[in-house]
Amino acid sequence: MSGLVLTLRAPPPQRVDLSPLTPDRLQGIDAAALASLPLACGNRPVAAGELFAVTSGDPDDLRLVGDCGRFDRIGADMTRGAIAVEGDAGAYLGQAMRGGRIHVRGSAGIGAALEMRGGEIEIDGGAGDFLGGARPGEMKGMSGGLVVVRGDAGDRAGDRMRRGTIIIEGSIGSYAASRMIAGTVIALGPTVGPYPGFAMKRGSLILLSRPDRELPTFADCGRHDLAFLRLLLRALKGRSRRLDELATRPPLVQRLAGDQAAGGKGEILLWQD
Amino acid sequence: MIINGVEIEDTFAEAFGMTATRLLITDDSADWATTAAQSLTGFATSVIACGCEAGIERPLAAEETPDGRPGVSVLIFAMSAKDLQKQLRDRVGQCVLTCAGTACFAGLRDGAPLKLGGALRYFGDGYQISKRLGDRRYWRIPVMDGEFVCDDTVGTTKAVGGGNILILGASRPAVLAAAEAAVAAMRAVPEVILPFPGGIARSGSKVGSKYKGLVASTNDAYCPTLKGQTRTALPPEVAAVLEIVIDGLTADAVRAATRAGIAAACARGAAGGVLKITAGNYGGKLGKFHFHLREVMA
Repeated sequence: MSGLVLTLRAPPPQRVDLSPLTPDRLQGIDAAALASLPLACGNRPVAAGELFAVTSGDPDDLRLVGDCGRFDRIGADMTRGAIAVEGDAGAYLGQAMRGGRIHVRGSAGIGAALEMRGGEIEIDGGAGDFLGGARPGEMKGMSGGLVVVRGDAGDRAGDRMRRGTIIIEGSIGSYAASRMIAGTVIALGPTVGPYPGFAMKRGSLILLSRPDRELPTFADCGRHDLAFLRLLLRALKGRSRRLDELATRPPLVQRLAGDQAAGGKGEILLWQD
Repeated sequence: MIINGVEIEDTFAEAFGMTATRLLITDDSADWATTAAQSLTGFATSVIACGCEAGIERPLAAEETPDGRPGVSVLIFAMSAKDLQKQLRDRVGQCVLTCAGTACFAGLRDGAPLKLGGALRYFGDGYQISKRLGDRRYWRIPVMDGEFVCDDTVGTTKAVGGGNILILGASRPAVLAAAEAAVAAMRAVPEVILPFPGGIARSGSKVGSKYKGLVASTNDAYCPTLKGQTRTALPPEVAAVLEIVIDGLTADAVRAATRAGIAAACARGAAGGVLKITAGNYGGKLGKFHFHLREVMA
């Protein structure tokens, strides 16, 4: 059985909450019922069939064709199956997802992997601000799973992150890993925005390039060959070619411990040439 | 049954149910991994007084280990999961954590988990770091040469302890040579260890003693110097006896090791001074695993 395909008819006039269309929620729903499902478009409901042409198929293999940059919360709360977005995705991609896999061919908007708990998200383009973060007022951001961004990420990537792994192959914006509680963020790009690790409690931020500006509240702990990095690279083997290339180099890093203004048990590991 | 002139006595080895686990110890070099493993498995010959029985299962190539460094696989056996937990904490804490360059990983994933890094992490005094990678959780404990990396938990399995063979011969050198050959063959069998020094025990014991409070004492029936003095089990021409004790993760593994050991000991034949192979048991009442030598060799 081939996958369920939703082809965008035209970009919607307002932003649309696409969280009702996940593999979990589409189980046992036929094409006609799917087309009549109401979606919130701005402040009014619109039938899914008005926005998308539906080609019925396996809901565990859901494809969204077209520029979905105005569609928010794609794959929210999903626990199974796969969603492929053939263009861009809107805000809050994979919010609170627990399992399954999302692949975005384009870029994702603000808050991708927000409070994500499990599963995998792969974004071929870039990701907006607060990647893997938390909703305003929430104490914990991403708490499990794996996110791979092939392009750049915006500001505050990994904000309040609690567990899981984020790999960003491109550059990252300012305040990466801000207020981080635990987990691992790896940025492989040539540019790292100012002040990474702001108010970081615990967790690891692994960088290949030195940040523009550094916080004075990170303490230099010297250069070390950390055995754990070998395990990390092995566990993530095949997820990122750039990361796999690192495995051929000795895992020598400069360890900066901080943020000393927030407990200081976190770390920025600067990979050494 | 006679193999190469050596009589295989019609008896059986009686073995017990135990709880076991496997650890993978890695280091910068195979030598240092072996050093850590030898320290970890030292003073672990018998549960009677050591708390556990432990030994090196086999060396591991760098490609076989979780962190890509050379290593050693170690098996540890105890009478209960609780005993095993205490031994794990104490032995890994004192012998692996302390050894330069080591890391320690779970060699068993299934079965009721015991704490490994989960028990040792407190040594980090708050500077320890937990990392979950995939389905595994590791602890990074800061130590003076860097970090000690360790799995959070290790699985356990029901296992078999106390399989054994006794080699009877015409002289001490002849029995030792046969026992050494048997040990070499048995060590090639996976999932078993031979917990005694060099794999060989000379002081086989019987249950009880004439002295109060001593649970085991010398097996006088197999002591050649007491042949005329006690109810001996030794034919007149036997001058020495050595025992090989086998602990294995499964009864099949113990059986395979028993077979390999007897075959190797008998390869020297009666001409080499090996006279008889037998085994120790308690009449079949105490242990639930019986390895009948003639069936094993059939």
